[in-house]
Amino acid sequence: MFADLPIDDFRQAIHDWLRENFPPGLRGCRAPTNGHEPPVGPPGEFELWKERCADAGFGTPTWPIEYGGAGLDQARADILAEEMAQAGAFNPIVGLGAMMLGPTLLEFGTEEQKRIHLPPIARGELMWCQGFSEPGAGSDLAALRMRCEDMGDHFLLNGQKIWTSYAHHSDWCFAIARTSTEQKQGGITFLLVDMKSPGLDVRPIQLINGISHFCETFFNDVKVPKENLVGEVNRGWTVAKRLLQHERTGLSSLRSANAKTYDLASIARRYCELSPDGTLADTDLRQRLADHLLSEQAYALTLQRRSAEEEAGLNPTTPVSTLKNLGSQVGLRLGELAIEILGNRSLGWEGDGYTDEELELTSLWLHSKCYSIYGGTYEIQNNITAQRELGLPKS
Amino acid sequence: MTDHAFVPNDEQSMLRDAARGWVRDRAPISALRKLRTENLETGFDPALFGEMVEMGWTGILVPEDDGGFGFGHASIGLIAEELGRNLVASPLISSAVAATDALVLCGNPDQKSEWLPRLLSGEIHAAIALEEAIAHNPSGVALRARLDGNSWVLDGRKQPVFDYGEAGLVIVAARTSGEPGDRDGITLFLCPRDAAGTSATRLTQVDSRGAWALVFDGCRLDAGCVLGEIDKGLPALETVLDRARAVLAAEMIGSTTQAFETTVEYLKTRVQFDQPIGAFQALQHRAAELLGEIELARSAVWAALAAIDAGDADVPRYTSLAKALAGKAFRRTAQEMVQLHGGIGMTDEHDSGLYLKRAHVADMTFGNVSFHRDRFAKLAGI
Ligand SMILES: Cc1cc2nc3c(=O)[nH]c(=O)nc-3n(C[C@H](O)[C@H](O)[C@H](O)COP(=O)(O)OP(=O)(O)OC[C@H]3O[C@@H](n4cnc5c(N)ncnc54)[C@H](O)[C@@H]3O)c2cc1C
Repeated sequence: MFADLPIDDFRQAIHDWLRENFPPGLRGCRAPTNGHEPPVGPPGEFELWKERCADAGFGTPTWPIEYGGAGLDQARADILAEEMAQAGAFNPIVGLGAMMLGPTLLEFGTEEQKRIHLPPIARGELMWCQGFSEPGAGSDLAALRMRCEDMGDHFLLNGQKIWTSYAHHSDWCFAIARTSTEQKQGGITFLLVDMKSPGLDVRPIQLINGISHFCETFFNDVKVPKENLVGEVNRGWTVAKRLLQHERTGLSSLRSANAKTYDLASIARRYCELSPDGTLADTDLRQRLADHLLSEQAYALTLQRRSAEEEAGLNPTTPVSTLKNLGSQVGLRLGELAIEILGNRSLGWEGDGYTDEELELTSLWLHSKCYSIYGGTYEIQNNITAQRELGLPKS
Repeated sequence: MTDHAFVPNDEQSMLRDAARGWVRDRAPISALRKLRTENLETGFDPALFGEMVEMGWTGILVPEDDGGFGFGHASIGLIAEELGRNLVASPLISSAVAATDALVLCGNPDQKSEWLPRLLSGEIHAAIALEEAIAHNPSGVALRARLDGNSWVLDGRKQPVFDYGEAGLVIVAARTSGEPGDRDGITLFLCPRDAAGTSATRLTQVDSRGAWALVFDGCRLDAGCVLGEIDKGLPALETVLDRARAVLAAEMIGSTTQAFETTVEYLKTRVQFDQPIGAFQALQHRAAELLGEIELARSAVWAALAAIDAGDADVPRYTSLAKALAGKAFRRTAQEMVQLHGGIGMTDEHDSGLYLKRAHVADMTFGNVSFHRDRFAKLAGI
């Protein structure tokens, strides 16, 4: 078992495993970020890679082996990620299940829930969406109103969720609903809902870059079996808050991954005029690009430092709320600089006259605007940092 | 700068009020959405432009002697500001400002009498073909024009060319001598729609307006098509551009103001944590700071327009000030519009995205923030 190998042997074993198992056709391919993208690389190779990773538990390496993970500690999981990056490989198992629900179920789920729900996530077979936000409950999530009634042998859900990312492509939904109106946070319950349930209706909403990313999700007398309750009735807020922590940590690493996918320096070298010494002729743009690259690199180091502190059993010094905002700012700036570098080539929406790369970067710029909104807005993260981390008084 | 710059006179107030009413009644933002869905060949709604013509807006910059009103740039700036509020797509700036000014400033009597009445009456509209590279750079014109017998032959590319769709006239900046980057050697040409040797590709842009990529492949124009002096077109082009920049900056201030007002309204109505989100000081300060930035840009825009009408020698400095600040204010306000609306701001259904996309294209048109900051610095001698 990989998990039992001493660190140095482990690195070598992973190295060898990757050499044998990673399809070379996928080298350097864009890693998926949400699990709903079409497969990358030559036909069949992505599926093969996914299967091999799933067999080894490497998609969710820190999960216990019995639930589809590899049972690795964080140090070994980090080595796995490093070796993958070294080999030009990527983790093919992504999505809200792997990033948020899995770790939450490991902590709060029943044995049966873990056995049923974790392995399909670890194999990338079933996709999950997050039914938290409602029209009247965004930043003030605990104001949610979707009703959940205890009908004896099942729960009954009535209400509406909104901004449910990928609900139209998902098999399951983890949702929070109101079981009691007596207390705000203390009346919330966390449930697992099969998206095939009768009474569940999904309407995709288009984003400003033209992509259908999220949905309105309507619940009309949706029955949920009792065994799909996570934690206790009226105690769902604690579960949800932990899940949001996993979401914010996950999003923070995605922002760093963005920087690797879109190498602004190399794009600038291709698009911008260069001085004879090879530097950008536009010194103003060069300075601002450099400033961004400084933040980007320092941000990656901060993520690494946080992870190192966790491994060493120390309390991480950088709060998740701070990290999330640092990440979204790096991501937003990447988008802004990308369109500035492309200049007139960044005005395209679709069709003739622009390359795929140009259209993709312009779309990324528009999409990046949600980095500081989803997973808790920029302002809310700042409130959390100020009030919970710095102990500043609430107004 | 005289105080007159900042207070519209009666005639200007009337124009502005008329434009405000018309934009509200006839050109809601749904008109832009319709344009996007229908993807019209013109890139604007000809019926709406027809109404603008009827209201006399294409004659505002045409001197009285040539059959227009000779009202000046502050007047059309006020109209552009109102149009900007609802992101109204029209060739007004390309045609009734840039091309009209180019003809008024550089045209000989024949050219004026041939084209101005047609632009004025709305029979045709005109486009400006200038951009070639990824960045705005008027002296960088590379498209070649060479004399062959009695005619000029044009070869090269232009992209983006705004409002080219069904334009009856294109004013083309071409290089007649020297190399790209030389200030000498640029000549302006009047290229009629039916000129042989041109082909166009329609571009679909983020702001849903009309833009094209043009290829000139042995396009022949007779000697009468030269607008202004041969090889000495750049100073005239820059004068024309400054006027278009100032009016565009006014349009941008209109869009910015609307984006801001919509956002402030939302802060007052959206409730979270049992109170309007505008009750949170973090958001109050954001709104207050935005207002400051917008007001700076507004002053600069009106100063630029007044400087143009007064024939001030400092026009280039004022227009770069205006265009740079309008670009910054518009971009930042549109970004905040999305952010402060939260999830709904990210949806296509909401108008935030339309302002954000327009902010980008408007900033890139006739030189972005960076271009004008740099130009301002050069003009300031640093
Ligand atoms: C692309 C995208 C994907 C998403 N995916 C999902 C998903 O899969 N599942 C899901 O449940 N949700 C999802 N969301 C929703 C997201 O979590 C919410 O949009 C977010 O929490 C903000 O809520 P809201 O949209 O209601 O904005 P509001 O809460 O109405 O906020 C509006 C503005 O007010 C500010 N504000 C609010 N309260 C305060 C305060 N106390 N102090 C200062 N400022 C404040 C906010 O920061 C924001 O700028 C998604 C959103 C986006 C954009």
